[in-house]
Amino acid sequence: MWYVKNALTRKNLMALTGLFLSFFLIIHLFGNLQLLLPEAEAKLQYNWYSDLLADNILIKIIAMVLYLCIILHTLDAIYLTVKSKKAKGSGYVKDRRGRASKWYSRNMMFLGSIVFLFLVIHFKDFWYQFKFGELPLDANGNKDLYTLVIKAFDQLWYVIVYIIAIIALGYHLLHGVFSAHRTLGLYHPLYSKIVKYLGMAYTIIMTIGYIIIPIFIYLNR
Amino acid sequence: MKIHLKIWRQKDSQSKGEFKDYTLDDVHQELSFLEMLDTLNLKLVKKGEYPVEFDHDCREGICGQCGMMINGIAHGPLKNTTTCQLHMRSFKDGDTIYIEPFKAAAFPVVRDLKVNRSSLDHIITSGGYVSVDTGQAPEANSIPIAHEEAEAAFDAAACIGCGACVASCKNASAALFTSAKITQLELLPQGQTETSKRVISMVKQMEEEGFGHCTNTEACQVECPEDISVLNIARMNYEYNKAKILNK
Ligand code: HEM
Ligand code: SF4
Ligand code: FES
Repeated sequence: MWYVKNALTRKNLMALTGLFLSFFLIIHLFGNLQLLLPEAEAKLQYNWYSDLLADNILIKIIAMVLYLCIILHTLDAIYLTVKSKKAKGSGYVKDRRGRASKWYSRNMMFLGSIVFLFLVIHFKDFWYQFKFGELPLDANGNKDLYTLVIKAFDQLWYVIVYIIAIIALGYHLLHGVFSAHRTLGLYHPLYSKIVKYLGMAYTIIMTIGYIIIPIFIYLNR
Repeated sequence: MKIHLKIWRQKDSQSKGEFKDYTLDDVHQELSFLEMLDTLNLKLVKKGEYPVEFDHDCREGICGQCGMMINGIAHGPLKNTTTCQLHMRSFKDGDTIYIEPFKAAAFPVVRDLKVNRSSLDHIITSGGYVSVDTGQAPEANSIPIAHEEAEAAFDAAACIGCGACVASCKNASAALFTSAKITQLELLPQGQTETSKRVISMVKQMEEEGFGHCTNTEACQVECPEDISVLNIARMNYEYNKAKILNK
């Protein structure tokens, strides 16, 4: 991968991996909305669903692609950010260039880094526990991931960490989804505008959706 | 009116620059920004000091030679204007104005506010042309071009190559400049045939000159004196990807 020095190709890869991750977020959200079902139902349903995903070969392949996308996206982000630092030169003493663009579009690496730190916590606490940890079984004999999640969101600080990370992700997507299409070459004035607004709508739905889950659990379970 | 200036003085590309303070007591509102600097230089020369160097040529907003960071913004506070078209009426009595050269690794400082923008020329020479047979000029009406196409090409051709897009970009990317040149030629039948070759070599040259990549912050169009559209960048990406995928 490191032999691809060409920034535009690297940027295309970043856009494709970013869009794949964004697509995954939709499926992940709908899966997790099952946590909000009435309590008795939610536990069995959610554990059954998690177990279903764990055993499916197709899902396993998609999961591999997902890990690969996170790694490539992050490596590309670092590569391009270092390159941009070099291109910039010494910078300005008086710098008011910020008036011309949105703050989140200029801080994608910072927002991405928050998301990355969050992913580490997220994988360690749920993914690793589910895959390699010793979880008790529920009434149907499935691993009880549900109780693990509910317990985690019982802690206020944990809920706050999630909200901060998801807001960072939200701003990352607000610029990212739109930017990816431009990177891939969508130059039609009307379609480009439509994609921009669709991207905004997508971002708002994802952000609200993911924030509701921990808050709902904290308040109700 | 009274104007305080903090001007970046740098002897050559090797030495370290620094801000020097100057005050002009009697600046007329109707002076252009460059005329204000001329006034300062006249005083400096009379005192036996080295004048502040800056680039300029037409002083009517069409050549793209002038350009500096004025209070942290390329070409100063007015939108869609070159430095030479900025006038002192945009400032108030007692204002302090910071003036720095455009900064980017691909724009080394020559002296003071003057930078070397040959890197942009190298991008043009790498593919920003149309190959034609020599001999008699062909009949002008033998290739019909729709009015809309001609206008769109002209919109892209309005780029004066000032480099404000690079200076305004957080990545010092020359994507707006390069894509404007590519679009301008691609929209016309004479330029279309060489599009793939052109876009590949111009993008390659852009990187070799040390410009950064585009992250679509769109700051370039906002500060561009010609309001060149960022959609040109997406178009360049499209043409580049097409050329690479089809391997032409
Ligand atoms: C769920 C996780 C993530 C999703 C869904 C996501 C999505 C996206 C998308 C769609 C883009 C647009 C690509 C483009 O402009 O061509 C993007 C760009 C970017 N991402 Fe991510 N990303 C994620 C995680 C990360 C992480 C972990 C990092 C860094 C450590 C990161 C850093 C960046 C950077 C620096 C850009 C480039 C921004 C730009 O070019 O304007 N992202 N991301
Ligand atoms: S695109 Fe605009 S800012 Fe960039 S060089 Fe051309 S005229 Fe100057
Ligand atoms: S001097 Fe020619 S554009 Fe300003």
